[in-house]
Amino acid sequence: MAAVQETIDQVKSIDVTEYKYGFVTDIEMEKPAKGLTEDTVRYISARKNEPAWMLEWRLDAFRRWKTMKEPDWARVNYPPIDYQDIYYYAAPKGAAPQSLDEIDPAILETYKKLGIPLREQEILAGVAPENRVAVDAVFDSVSVVTTFKKELAQAGVIFCSISDAIQERPELVKKYLATVVPVTDNYFATLNCAVFTDGSFVYIPKGVRCPMELSTYFRINEQNTGQFERTLIIAEEGSYVSYLEGCTAPKRDENQLHAAVVELIALDDAEIKYSTVQNWYPGDAEGKGGIYNFVTKRGDCRGRNSKISWTQVETGSAITWKYPSCILRGDGSRGEFYSIAVSNGAQQVDSGTKMIHLGKNTTSKIIAKGIAAGKSDSTYRGMVSAHRKATGARNFTNCDSLLIGDQCGAHTIPYIEAKTATAIFEHEATTSKIGEDQLFYCQQRGLSEEEAVALIVNGFVKEVLQQLPMEFAVEAQKLITISLEGSVG
Amino acid sequence: MSIVTPLKTAAEQALSAQFSAAKAELPGALPVRKLREDAFAGFEAKGLPHRRLESWRYTDLRGLLREAKPLADKASVTPAVTACLAELAFEGVRLVLIDGAFSADLSTLDAVPPGVTIQPLSEALVSTREDLIRILAGPGIAQIDTGLMLNTALMRDGVFIEIAEGTELAQPIAIVSLASGEDERAIFHRSVVVAGKGVKATIVEIGEGVGPHASQVNGAIVFETGDESDVQHLRIVSRAVPETVQVQTLMATVGANAKFESFALVCEAATLRQQYFVEYAGEHSEIGLRGVNLLGGQEHSDVTLVMDHAVPHGVSREMFKNIIGGEATGVFQGKVIVRKYAQKTDGGMKSNTLLLNDGATMFNKPELEIFADDVVCGHGATVAQMDGEQLFYLMARGLPRPQAEALVLQAFAGEAVEFVQDESLRGMVMGRIESWLAKRDGSSLASTV
Repeated sequence: MAAVQETIDQVKSIDVTEYKYGFVTDIEMEKPAKGLTEDTVRYISARKNEPAWMLEWRLDAFRRWKTMKEPDWARVNYPPIDYQDIYYYAAPKGAAPQSLDEIDPAILETYKKLGIPLREQEILAGVAPENRVAVDAVFDSVSVVTTFKKELAQAGVIFCSISDAIQERPELVKKYLATVVPVTDNYFATLNCAVFTDGSFVYIPKGVRCPMELSTYFRINEQNTGQFERTLIIAEEGSYVSYLEGCTAPKRDENQLHAAVVELIALDDAEIKYSTVQNWYPGDAEGKGGIYNFVTKRGDCRGRNSKISWTQVETGSAITWKYPSCILRGDGSRGEFYSIAVSNGAQQVDSGTKMIHLGKNTTSKIIAKGIAAGKSDSTYRGMVSAHRKATGARNFTNCDSLLIGDQCGAHTIPYIEAKTATAIFEHEATTSKIGEDQLFYCQQRGLSEEEAVALIVNGFVKEVLQQLPMEFAVEAQKLITISLEGSVG
Repeated sequence: MSIVTPLKTAAEQALSAQFSAAKAELPGALPVRKLREDAFAGFEAKGLPHRRLESWRYTDLRGLLREAKPLADKASVTPAVTACLAELAFEGVRLVLIDGAFSADLSTLDAVPPGVTIQPLSEALVSTREDLIRILAGPGIAQIDTGLMLNTALMRDGVFIEIAEGTELAQPIAIVSLASGEDERAIFHRSVVVAGKGVKATIVEIGEGVGPHASQVNGAIVFETGDESDVQHLRIVSRAVPETVQVQTLMATVGANAKFESFALVCEAATLRQQYFVEYAGEHSEIGLRGVNLLGGQEHSDVTLVMDHAVPHGVSREMFKNIIGGEATGVFQGKVIVRKYAQKTDGGMKSNTLLLNDGATMFNKPELEIFADDVVCGHGATVAQMDGEQLFYLMARGLPRPQAEALVLQAFAGEAVEFVQDESLRGMVMGRIESWLAKRDGSSLASTV
C-alpha cells in the first residue's frame, strides 16, 4: 500500500541510521582461539565448570552438527558464514563477580546507558511491587547479574542463568532440556546445543503466580563473536509467569551471528507469556554489518488447558530467521502469537510462527503485522496444522503488511493443514491502502487528515502492542514511533 | 536439510529411455526438436517433482509414479469411448482427442465458424510459424516446472486453435480428451489457443478416462490472448479410472484491457494436479481463476497457481471451493506475485474448504509476494465442517438431513460457479455438482448447533 508522508517520516526516525544502542564498551575480554572444533566445545564446558554429562551432550550435538547442512529455504540472502571465523566464547576477564559491587563499572555503565536497572534498590523506589521486574543481564557469553533472586526464591521461583541451573538443579535441566527443541531440530539449534554459553533458566513451581515480571537483557559487545544463548522456562501445574526479553548490540561493520534456542514448557493449567523486543544492530542503510538473528523458539503446551503466548516486536537485526511456535499437545491448550516486524534499510525478515494442534479442543490465534520500508524485505511464514486426533481445533490467523516505498517487498507464505474435519481454520492476509472511507469518517468528526491517518495507522499495530506488558509496551512504542501517538504535525 | 541427490527412480529411467527412443518420431521441425531436447535435459537434471520441491510439496509425483507407462502412440476408439462421446454431444465445435491424438473423424470440424482456424498440434509443430516456439513455451514463470518440461519433451498431439482479430463466437469450442484405457498408456497432449485482439470466445475442456486400465495423463493448454479480448475457459474433470495420475497445466498470457477467466470443476479426480501459470502482458486486464473440487474416497486433487502481475493496473481474482469427504486430500497452493512496477494491482485470493468427515485432509498455502507499494492484495483461506446452524434451519423447515446437506453444499460450491458466464455451461456445471451430491450417502459432520 502507499504510505502517507506521516508514516514515512516516523519509520525514518527508527531507520537503521538512527540506531541508538550502537556504542561499544571497552573492556578486557577473555576469549578462546577463533573457530569451532571439539576443543572449543570442551573449552566452553570447562570454563563453565560443567558436569561430565553436559560436556558429553554438547560433544554429541557438535558431531551431529558437522553432518548437517545450513538451511536455505528462507527468503533471505547472505554470503556464506565462515563458522571458523567466529569467537564462540567471550567473557569479561577476572573471577566471576559475587555481587554488583564486584562487576566491572564499565559493564554497569553499559546497562545504565541502555536503561536497564540492575540495582534492586533503584527499582524499588516508588514502584509498586507488582510492577517490578527481575533482570538477568547477559553480556556476550556470560550472565553478569540476576536481580531479585532472593525474593523470587521465597515464592519458590527459580530465576537464574542456565549455567547456574546446570550446577544447582541438574535434575530439572536434564529432565527438560531439548525436550521441546530436539538437539537435531535444525542446523542453528544443533550448533547452539554444542556451544551455548548463557541464558536464563526459569522454574515456576506448582500453583505459583510469579510475583514479578522476569526479564533477560542480552547484549553483544565483543567483536567477531557469536552469541549463543539458551533459555529454558518451565511452568508447573497451575502456575503463571510473564517473561520479557530485550537485545541490543554495537554498530560494527562485520556481521555477527546470534543463534539462540528458547524452550518453554507449560504443564496443566499453566500459562507462560513471553515477550520480546528485538533491537539488535540492523546494519547500515547499505546492509553493511548487523546481526544475523537465527533463532529457534518453541513452546510446548504439555498440560491440559495450558497456555503459551508469544509477543514480539522486531525492529533490529540485519537478517531475522525466527519462528516462535507452539505445540498444542494438552487438551484444551491455547497458543497465541502477536508480532510486529518493522524492517528498514537493507534488513531481511523471514519470521512467523507454527501452531501445531495435537490435543483435542486446542485453540490458537496469530496476529502478524509487517511494515517494510527502505530496501528491506519482510516475509511472514507460518504454519497451522491439525493432527487427525486434534478434534475441535480452532485457529484464527491475520497477517497484514504495509509497504513504504517501491524498493521493499512484503511476502506472506502461510501453510494451513487440516487433517480433522472438526477443525476450524481461518486465515486472512491483506496488503491494502488506508481506506478513503475510514479517512472520511475520521475527518468528518473533526480530525485533521494527519490525525486521521495517525489514528488509522495506530490501529494497524495496536492489536499487537496491547499484548505487551506495560514496561515493554512503552519501549516498543518508542521503537515503533509509527504508532504515532502524539506525534502528528 | 541434508543434500538430496536421489538415485533415479525406475520411472525416471524409463522416461529417459522412452524419450531417447521416441524423439526421432515425435512430431516437430528443428526448433521444436531443440525445445524438446532442452526441456528433457531440464527434466533429467531435476527428476520427477517430489515433496522437497516447494511447489510440489503436497503431491509427490516421484512417489506416485512408481513406473512410467508406455507412451501412447495410437488412438483406440473402443465401444466405451464411443459411448462416452455420445454422452458428450455439444452444439458447436467439438474437437476430440483420443489417447492424446487428434481425431478429425470424431470431431465436428464442419461446424467451425469463420475466423477460427483449427489444426492438429502435430501439424502445427512441423509448420514454419515464426512465433510457434514463443507461443508453445508460455509465460516465464512456467519454465521451471518439471511436470511441464515432461509435457514439452513428449507432447505428441492436441489442437492448435487460432481465432482471428475481432471474432465473436456465439458458441463454445469444446476440446474433449478421452483416455481409452485399452491398455496402460502415458498420454502427453498439448493444445494452444491464440485469440487475437477483441476476440470473444469460450473454450471448454473435458477430460475423461474410461476403463479398464488407468492412464498417466500429462496435458497442457496454452492461451495467448490479445488486447481487449474476453476469453472464458471451462474445464471439467470427471470420470477417472482409479489409479489414474494426471497433471494438467494451464498457461495464459493476457493482453491489455482484456478479460480471461477460467473455471475448473473436478468431480472425479483419482490423482490430479492442476497447475496454472498466468501472466499479464498488458495493463488494465482482469483475470479470474476459479474452481470447485468435489473429492471422496482416496482421491487427491492439487490446485497450484502462480499469478504474475508484471504490469500495473491488473485485477486478479482466485476462488476455489473444496468439498472433501472419505479419505481424500485437497491441496491449494496459490502464489500472487506483484512486481515492482505493477502499481495499482488489485488481487484477491480465496480458498474455502468443507471437510465432510474425519479422514479428509486439506492443505492450503496461499502466498503473496509483493514488491510494489500501491496495491490492494488480500487472501483468505478457511477450513471447517458444515455449518450446523444452516442445516438446522433447513431441517427445521422439513428437509430431511441428506437434502439439507446437499443444499448447503450446493450453495457453498455455487458461489464460485456463478462466475461461469455462459448460461448453459453454468447449468451443466451445476447439474454435475448436483449429481455428485446425490451420489453421496450417509450424513456428514457438522458443527454443533
